[in-house]
Amino acid sequence: MFEVSALNKSNMRVEKLYRILFAMMVLLLVLPVLIILGTLVAKGGSVISFEFLFSNPTDGMTAGGILPALIGTVWLVTVALLISVPLGVAAAIYLNEYAGDNWFTRIINLAIINLAGVPSIVHALFGVGAFVIFFGFGTSILAASLTLAIMTLPIVIVATRESLAAVPMAFREAMWNMGATRWQTIRRVVLPNAISGILTGVILEVSRTTGETAPIMFTGAAFFLPFLPESVFDQTMAMSLHLFVVSTQVPGVPEALPYGVALVLVAMVLIMNSISIAFRMYLRGKKKW
Amino acid sequence: MVSAQGAAEAVQSSTEAPVKMSVRDVTISYGGVPALSDVSFDVREHEIFGIIGPANAGKTSFLKSLNRMDPFTDGMRVEGDIRFDGQPVNRLRNVYALRKRIGVVFPLPVGLPMTIYDNVALAPRLSGMSNRAELDVIVERCLTRAALWDEVKDRLNSLGSLLSGGQQQRLTIARALSQQPEVLMLDEFSIAVDPVTTMRIEEVLKELRSEMTIIMVTNLVQQAERLANRTAFFLGGECVEVGITAEMFAGQVEDQRTRDYIEGKFG
Repeated sequence: MFEVSALNKSNMRVEKLYRILFAMMVLLLVLPVLIILGTLVAKGGSVISFEFLFSNPTDGMTAGGILPALIGTVWLVTVALLISVPLGVAAAIYLNEYAGDNWFTRIINLAIINLAGVPSIVHALFGVGAFVIFFGFGTSILAASLTLAIMTLPIVIVATRESLAAVPMAFREAMWNMGATRWQTIRRVVLPNAISGILTGVILEVSRTTGETAPIMFTGAAFFLPFLPESVFDQTMAMSLHLFVVSTQVPGVPEALPYGVALVLVAMVLIMNSISIAFRMYLRGKKKW
Repeated sequence: MVSAQGAAEAVQSSTEAPVKMSVRDVTISYGGVPALSDVSFDVREHEIFGIIGPANAGKTSFLKSLNRMDPFTDGMRVEGDIRFDGQPVNRLRNVYALRKRIGVVFPLPVGLPMTIYDNVALAPRLSGMSNRAELDVIVERCLTRAALWDEVKDRLNSLGSLLSGGQQQRLTIARALSQQPEVLMLDEFSIAVDPVTTMRIEEVLKELRSEMTIIMVTNLVQQAERLANRTAFFLGGECVEVGITAEMFAGQVEDQRTRDYIEGKFG
């Protein structure tokens, strides 16, 4: 009854083969990350210092630090968030809580998905046409952040919608039956229980925004500008563009410098992602139903 | 408000008490597909009005039409005339005020993901009350009347959604009571509750009858027999008959299907 037939044997062989194959794929996936991080630390680790992080570039960007780029990226990301988060959360609330399922909302959904698929260079050129020229913001933090905001809006909308949809319908029905309006229901029950998912989406958006180069290249990021920006109408340096510049555009840069810049940029993104993951795990433990 | 003695008399003669809700020729459909057709009867003040019938009879849809949940339900359409205290509800602009006067208890208990205290204080707060002392009084009174106070009085700040099923169902009742409703609608409240808790809730309902009108949809024929003054039998989207419960269960029915259902021959 339990003898191993030829068919069993071949099944077991195939089983083993597939298991190894899939495990290999995972390894292949992890390998590049490890190689990139390893290279960056090995080659760029030596330039990381307090000086490097908190001083201006000198000698035609072949020496000195990255402070203006670091601060510039913080500006760009912050302004982009201030625009995209309220907009995206409001849109998601409308789509999930107010709008019914009809041809109109389906078209909007399609538009959001397509917006996420537009290449970043197209967003960049749109940003130039719309914000730099048409609205007359010039090349500025505002124009660059608006471009970034539009590009990352789908992330916020999708993350918010998903976390709103995860709040059980029964809670809403209980509220409505008590005579609560839709807004009272959203404010008292839906949002407090969806906020963790929304914040996770926001942090993911931050890490995505931090690394983008193309959308800010023509709209607000400067090649070299050894001053800190004072308002959203100033131009600024940014980490991602600075990396591009010191790697390819400036002669005589010591080899370790671009690696150091890349290491700081990757570290910023990784830290953001780690916070997002840790936050999600923390809130999952506090689930209220 | 009727005095306690007056209420008791009203219970005695529920066929003569003033009409609380009247229903005439009500037809409910979802996206053009009818769920319930041509229902007409009156629910009188201070009675427990039972609605029995198998699944898909249209019982839950009927309750939704009474407190105007149709705009919040996809594709739901209600025709006919429903009146609350003589006012036609389907022409009301302020459906929120109507819903506040009708408390609802669902088949599955819904403890909202907030503290026990906040669950019960929610409805008063939604109506603009914020005085902590007044809220304390309401919370204690409603939890007491829902027979839950003794079990939770020491942990009012723990989550309502983490109570046991039977406790959550009593919490739901306390929340409904906090609206100070004139009508309490229960939709198969005992479906997810153990028999002991069911009996406790039934005792609660008997006491509440002196203060409000209760419309109770139930999947248990005996529950209607125990509690309801009058009972309606719904079957397949039709209201087969309405009668005084005691008479119906004594065999005085107009329709053979009612007799069969009550005797447990189907459904």
